[in-house]
Amino acid sequence: MKLLVAVKRVVDHNIKVHIKPDGSDVELANVRMSINPFDENAVEAAVRLKESGVAHEVVAVAVGTAAAQDVLRHALAMGADRAILLESGDTLQPLGTAKLLKALIEREQPDLVLLGKQSIDDDTCQTGQMLAALLGYGQGTFISALEMENGEAIVTREVEGGSERIAVALPAVLTADLRLNEPRYVKLPNLMMAKKKPIQTIQAAEFGIDVSPRLALVNVADPPARKPCTMVGSVGELVEKLRSEARVLP
Amino acid sequence: MSVLILAEYDNQKLKPSVAQLVSAAQCWKQAVHVLLVGNDLAEPARDAAAITGVAGVMCVEAPHLQHPLAEDVANIIAGMGREYSVILAAHSAFGRNVLPRAAALLDVEMVGNVVEIQAPATYVRPIYVGNVFATVRSNDPIQVVTLRASRFDTAGTGNHAEIVNLAPPPASARTRWLSEIRNQSDRPELGSASVVVSGGRSLGSAENFESVLSPLADKLHGALGATRSSVDAGFAPNDIQIGQTGTVVAPELYIAVGISGAVQHIAGMQDSKIVVAINHDPDATIFQMADYGLVADLFEAVPALTAALP
Ligand SMILES: Cc1cc2nc3c(=O)[nH]c(=O)nc-3n(C[C@H](O)[C@H](O)[C@H](O)COP(=O)(O)OP(=O)(O)OC[C@H]3O[C@@H](n4cnc5c(N)ncnc54)[C@H](O)[C@@H]3O)c2cc1C
Repeated sequence: MKLLVAVKRVVDHNIKVHIKPDGSDVELANVRMSINPFDENAVEAAVRLKESGVAHEVVAVAVGTAAAQDVLRHALAMGADRAILLESGDTLQPLGTAKLLKALIEREQPDLVLLGKQSIDDDTCQTGQMLAALLGYGQGTFISALEMENGEAIVTREVEGGSERIAVALPAVLTADLRLNEPRYVKLPNLMMAKKKPIQTIQAAEFGIDVSPRLALVNVADPPARKPCTMVGSVGELVEKLRSEARVLP
Repeated sequence: MSVLILAEYDNQKLKPSVAQLVSAAQCWKQAVHVLLVGNDLAEPARDAAAITGVAGVMCVEAPHLQHPLAEDVANIIAGMGREYSVILAAHSAFGRNVLPRAAALLDVEMVGNVVEIQAPATYVRPIYVGNVFATVRSNDPIQVVTLRASRFDTAGTGNHAEIVNLAPPPASARTRWLSEIRNQSDRPELGSASVVVSGGRSLGSAENFESVLSPLADKLHGALGATRSSVDAGFAPNDIQIGQTGTVVAPELYIAVGISGAVQHIAGMQDSKIVVAINHDPDATIFQMADYGLVADLFEAVPALTAALP
């Protein structure tokens, strides 16, 4: 079984981004970037399927500029066998990314495609679902458990009020939630070894697909500010404030 | 042209998000249709037809739709979508699963987790874990949007919209529903509760989580919430996790107990009206998000708070 994992390069989850003075966008120059955390869970799941003998090959794919090679190296260091950079300088939105991934998947013909459930930069949670739709595959989204059985992926999905299990026939698209696994720590020797693994570059333009953005960014702003916090000295004072000032207690 | 709302229900009961979506939809000044997909929809259909501002309710019923799968629901929406200029769903696990799939079938981009509609086709949505609010304008002929429903007013009732049944398309051959686990609770549903009592890893154990926080939640008729760290430590079930990867809540009162205030947690509670933080570290980030802060040991302060309430 062949697995394809899509990984995205995003602002590191420990970094708080800042808005450009003119409010046109967030400032991304000189900001630490890493692999999207949910994508790391997807890579981990794929590598474990390989280690357990269920899969024979794990291909990591990133769409973006040459800078995305670092997250592909990370995926290789985690255990992916080879990597493909779909090089594109365009501003990509989920539908465009899904269209490019679809074109690549038709070439690579994996049995299972894994992605993170959302990216922590634009916080969209749609590329996997869109990709599944375009390919005509079944989808298992926000998964917290995965088993392969008789040509189906049996997945547990986190939903409001609990969880559900569904069986998705292969080929399929799955999107990983954080609870799917604990991604392994990448050690230096693995990173050194990953340097020897191949990263193939394909120009996205080769596919001749229109990926122009459908959404225009008008501006970005800070979230609405909250009033400063009133520190209270005791439980009694808290109850009093909640009653007479906030009026949330009878 | 009109607006289509994908409705959600649970155990025959329409979710509160539907009436919020209906009120949000009024800004388009078009007829609003509500779509229900499932099996045995009489009760939720009646409730949807009663919402003020609904022009019609459409039901797609079949035994195989008892637990609607994204593949089936997206097909239904895509089949009727070109007759609509706007398609809305709540930004819930269900909406997030189905709507992007339907959008791709219609060849349009989706706008997710919208907290404000500035004008038809211009939306505000949080990005970077809610640290930034982006305003985006969609140029697509069909607007496919998921809304953070709690940010919108609830439409009234007393309406009698027409209910029609539509023939279901054949079942998806690719995906099968197997089973579900529902965490039983007598407390209000987390996503729409008016009081949430939320606990962090500092509770130390599942027993403490229950014995310290439950009495307070019960007295306030509130729901229990948790941070990811407390869920991962096994102190709380994962369906009560609040934050970027969990439920987004917007109660009148949110009580954060022993929670540090990581951005990923804040993303799930920043819409709360009044926030109370109890933490023994005066420098904890959560105080920046709170209206009232109490620097105290939670194991003393929470039982005292519970006792002080009527
Ligand atoms: C991609 C990603 C997604 C994430 N998604 C989420 C999410 O959806 N939801 C979420 O919650 N987190 C999420 N996280 C994790 C998040 O970053 C934090 O790690 C987590 O919220 C911290 O939980 P906590 O406040 O319980 O624990 P800690 O950060 O350890 O804080 C414990 C707090 O308790 C206080 N304390 C300790 N003992 C006492 C006492 N006796 N009395 C009073 N106060 C006490 C301490 O002062 C401290 O402030 C995510 C992380 C990543 C990377």
